[in-house]
Order: sequence, then C-alpha cells, then structure tokens
Amino acid sequence: MKHGNVAVFIQQHNGKIENVSLELLGKALDIAHELKTNVSAYLPCEKAGDMPKILFSYGADNVYIIENAELKEIISIPYAKAVVEAVKKDAPGIVLFGATRAGRDIAPRVASSMKSGLTADCTELKIGPYTDNKTGKTYEQLLYQIRPAFGGNIIATIINPVRHPQMATVREGVMKMKTPDNSRKGQIIPLTITLSPVDLSVKIINKIVKEKKVNLTGANIIVSGGMGVGSKENFDRIRELADIIGGEIGASRAAVDQGWVSKEHQVGQTGVTVRPKLYIACGISGSIQHKAGMDQSLKIIAINNNPEAPIFNFAHIKIVGDLNTVIPMMIEAYKKQDNK
Amino acid sequence: MEIVVLVKQVPDTANVGADAMKEDGTVNRAALKAVFNPDDLHALELALEMKDKYGAKVTVITMGPPKAVEILRESLYRGADNVFLLSDPKFAGSDTLATSLILKSAIEAKAKKFDIIMAGRQAIDGDTAQVGPQIAEKLNIPQVTFVTEIESIKNNTIKLSRLSDEGTEVIECKTPILLTVEGGFNTPRSPRVKRMFKYTTRVKEIHSVIFKSIETKNYEPNQNSVNQMMKELISEHIIG
Ligand SMILES: Cc1cc2nc3c(=O)[nH]c(=O)nc-3n(C[C@H](O)[C@H](O)[C@H](O)COP(=O)(O)OP(=O)(O)OC[C@H]3O[C@@H](n4cnc5c(N)ncnc54)[C@H](O)[C@@H]3O)c2cc1C
Repeated sequence: MKHGNVAVFIQQHNGKIENVSLELLGKALDIAHELKTNVSAYLPCEKAGDMPKILFSYGADNVYIIENAELKEIISIPYAKAVVEAVKKDAPGIVLFGATRAGRDIAPRVASSMKSGLTADCTELKIGPYTDNKTGKTYEQLLYQIRPAFGGNIIATIINPVRHPQMATVREGVMKMKTPDNSRKGQIIPLTITLSPVDLSVKIINKIVKEKKVNLTGANIIVSGGMGVGSKENFDRIRELADIIGGEIGASRAAVDQGWVSKEHQVGQTGVTVRPKLYIACGISGSIQHKAGMDQSLKIIAINNNPEAPIFNFAHIKIVGDLNTVIPMMIEAYKKQDNK
Repeated sequence: MEIVVLVKQVPDTANVGADAMKEDGTVNRAALKAVFNPDDLHALELALEMKDKYGAKVTVITMGPPKAVEILRESLYRGADNVFLLSDPKFAGSDTLATSLILKSAIEAKAKKFDIIMAGRQAIDGDTAQVGPQIAEKLNIPQVTFVTEIESIKNNTIKLSRLSDEGTEVIECKTPILLTVEGGFNTPRSPRVKRMFKYTTRVKEIHSVIFKSIETKNYEPNQNSVNQMMKELISEHIIG
C-alpha cells in the first residue's frame, strides 16, 4: 500500500512565506523519498499569487490552495477549517506545522478535529519501525517525533501508530532549507471552505508589529554586520547570507546606533555574548568591546577591506576585501556546494 | 458572567536535580515537587481580575490524582468560587487528545452556561500548548491563544491583546470563547488568610467527580471479537 503523502502547513503573511514552512518542505521531501510518496503543501491564504511556484521549487509536489478573503490574517477557526479541508481531500500519512505561535494555535484544532495525536515542538523527525509489545503488531514505517520533554531534561521519541495522520509541530530553524530548484513542477489543487458568522467572530482590530525575536546566544552560526555595511538597505546582504546558511543576524554597536538593525542583535560588552560554531564579521573593525562578546566563537571569519583592522588579529579566517563582493561570492559558493 | 479556569498540578520541571533522573534517562516524577502550573496561575489571576471588575463567577477545574486537590484549595484561597477535581485511575497516561475530551465533558457537565474558558498557555511538564485549542474545537467555540491582557468585556464582546508571530494583536471577539493566557503579564495574588479560614471545612467536601467520557468501541460480529469483548468486560469487573 502506498504511504499517504507528507504534508506541510504553509504559513504566510501577505504572500510572504515563513522560512519554517520552507524548511519543513525540505524535510518532508526527504521523508517522502524514504516512504516513496509525495509532498503536499497546504496553503490557506487570501491570494496565492506566485507562492505555489515557490513551494514547488522547495519540494512540494501538490499544492492545495484554499483562497478566501477571510484568510488574510491568521485566525484559528478559518485556518483550521482550511487545513482540515485539505487533510480530508489529500488523506496524508503525515502533517507537519511550524512550531510558531500560529502553528501551535492551529495544529491542535486540526488534530482534535481529525481525532489524531499531535506532538508539539519537535527538534528531529525520522522514519522507523515499531513493535507494540501488548498486541505484537509491528509497524514498518512510523514517524519518530523527537522532542525535548520535561523542561528539556529528557529527549523523548513519540510515535502515533494507531490514528492518522501522524501530526507534529517542528521548531523553527532546526530543519535545513533546501536550495530551491526552479525546474521542479507540481499540481495545484484549489479547494474552498464555507465559514459561518461564529467562525468569523474573532477579529484583529490592531497590530503592533515587532521585529522577530532573536536568539543569538543559542545560534550555531552568526553573520554580523558593522559600520562597513554602509546603509540600512545594504544590511539585507547580511540577512540574505544568514538566511541561506541558516544563521542569526548579529551587529556591532555602530550598526545598531545607525538604526540598521535592532538593539537585540548587538554583540559585545553592552550587547550579548555569543559563542557560535561560526561567527562571520562583515565590516566590523574589532574593537575591544565587540571582541569581548564574540572571541570565544569556535571559528571567526572576518571580512574587512582594511588589512590593518584589529579584527584580523583574532580571526581564524581573514578575507581582505569589499564585503559587497565577498558576500555574494559566499552565497554563490554555498549554493553550488549544496547542489552537489 | 461565568468563567471556567482549567488548571494543572505539574512536577516542578524548572528545578530538576540529578536525583530526579533515573538511570534509563526517564524522570522520577515522585522526586519532584508538585506545583501549580505557572501559566495557569496567570490564567486564574486574569479570571479573578474579571471577577473584581465585572462580578464574574469563577469555576476552577483540574484533572489529576487526588493530590491535585492542593491546587484547587489554593484556587479557593485566591478567590475562586467553585472547584472541581476530575480523578479516575483510567485518566492516567492520557495524552492531550484524551485530556481535552475529559475536560470538555466536565465543562459540559459542571458549567453548562460558561462565557469564557481560560487556561494557561502551556504546562511546564509537556510544553505542548494543545489542550486549550483542542477543547475549543470539541466545544465548537472560537479560541484566542497567547492572551496577555483583557481590556474590556461589554455585553458579549471582549477586547483583548495577544502575542502573534509578528508582535502583538488587539482582538475583538465574542463569548462563548476559550482563551489561553501567557505567563508573566499579571501578578497572581497571594492566597488570602480570610478565605483560608472560610474554606477549611468546605474543601473537605470536594469529591472526585468520576464520570465517563463516551467512547464507542466497535466489535466485529465474529467469535474472536466477541470473546475479546467478554474478556474485557470481565477484566473491568463489569460482568462477573
Ligand atoms: C562603554 C562602551 C561599550 C561598548 N559596547 C559595545 C558593544 O557591546 N558592541 C560593539 O560592537 N561595540 C561596543 N562599543 C563600541 C565600540 O567601541 C566600537 O565603536 C564599535 O564596535 C565599532 O563598530 P564597527 O566595528 O562596526 O565600526 P567601525 O569601527 O567604524 O569599523 C568599520 C569597519 O568596516 C570596514 N569597512 C568599511 N567598508 C567596508 C567594506 N565595503 N567592506 C569591508 N569592510 C569595510 C572598515 O575597514 C572598518 O574596519 C562600546 C563602546 C563603549 C565606549
């Protein structure tokens, strides 16, 4: 019997897809490969636009589109109904959600409605066999849903052999996003939902948007920008590199003072102290105060056009050059390696 | 206005010492102190603030072993009007789906006319944050998760703030509704000495509410299946 599809709930806002959804498509593709099945993306939204193309390129084979003006903002009931509709049509074996606030709001409603289990906040997913000692029944290919439990004191592996689909929310940033393959194609399946007045009784009347919470101290990779980045717009280069290699964004105080990035990103004596596996300092001179927050990093790459910059005295890898040319080269090189 | 608050007694996972870890890597729950789940205390406080402001009646429900009566007692001392403990050996090992079914049945049985159900965002022993939304789905009512503040309740319209992935949202919603409450946005009041005296005797009257959540089991009309059914009825002491 063919295994049901591996499905991913796509979280987006105004046509911009959240990274975690793309990360999960990559994982779903690996799992689907192992199970010899396909990847479905469930896309509730106001207007799908070019999102399906992006989803195909990151691993989706089928995109279920649920377009509705009421899906502009993420509200529990309309979104849960949209996902349930897709689950009913697709009959997937596995459904994955990002463990974002929205994911953790919607997934339990969907699970409850499907009367299936749901594992929260997984950090790893695997396929493996399981034998139920009580019944003697063996399951060949179950989803191992692996997560820290008990306040992080133990790591638990959770399975859901009986009810379907197997559902999990997965933490942001733990699965690696695949390099998009624009030649990948797939099928679009439009669905509709009907919503009652009660379904629409929760309304957002105002929003205060905050820059995403940063987790610098826990990051394995940090790409940091300083005064040498030159402008707020140019700081996007730092963001792009960080996004692609899966890192967090750091900054010197000078860059923060310029308003290019928020204070939460500041590394150093009056910012956060970090110890990542890799710290990439772009256009940062390496002042004592900055050094105090990052010189314990396992590997430090410094990109600076001044060969005399103090940062080179304690960097492990030295690139004397203009960050505007070096960063794009790094992105290019990383993509090439990744495609191999 | 009727508010139901769902609370849980949890092992204090924030303070797991080496002695609480067993050799096989599992946690020895018995070695951990049992505490009022922190987010649930904030949910209770929010409910009590609504009681102060609008004269709401606050009913607290928990599911757990008999020992969980401790947090019900604490709820009374802090200002709750009514408390219920759902306790049955069969509830042990319930996952979030089973828990939500049990709590949903209890809400229907014990607080027929609720306006708001409040629960803490998540419990520190599992951090799943699932039970609230699952109950809302089972009761077929809307939910708002990660609530930080209730600004006003007028007629049956609630204006409140919540955390979203982008930041903060101001929401308008209608009762009946289920809210999950973020920790840290209010200061839970202390138990009141006066209430402790008032409730010393009453607490003794809290009894285990044993009830059955209805589960339909299918048996095939063949000998094996019927044998199985009889075996189960006997093992459950339903037939002798
Ligand atoms: C009490 C106190 C506390 C402080 N705390 C902190 C702190 O916590 N964190 C912190 O970072 N600072 C802190 N500072 C400030 C610190 O002293 C420095 O001023 C600051 O770190 C400098 O930031 P920068 O390296 O980005 O800028 P600069 O020192 O101006 O360096 C910019 C660098 O970019 C290079 N560059 C320019 N253009 C390019 C290009 N196109 N390509 C490549 N390289 C280029 C330049 O050669 C130069 O080396 C503190 C200062 C004080 C007094």
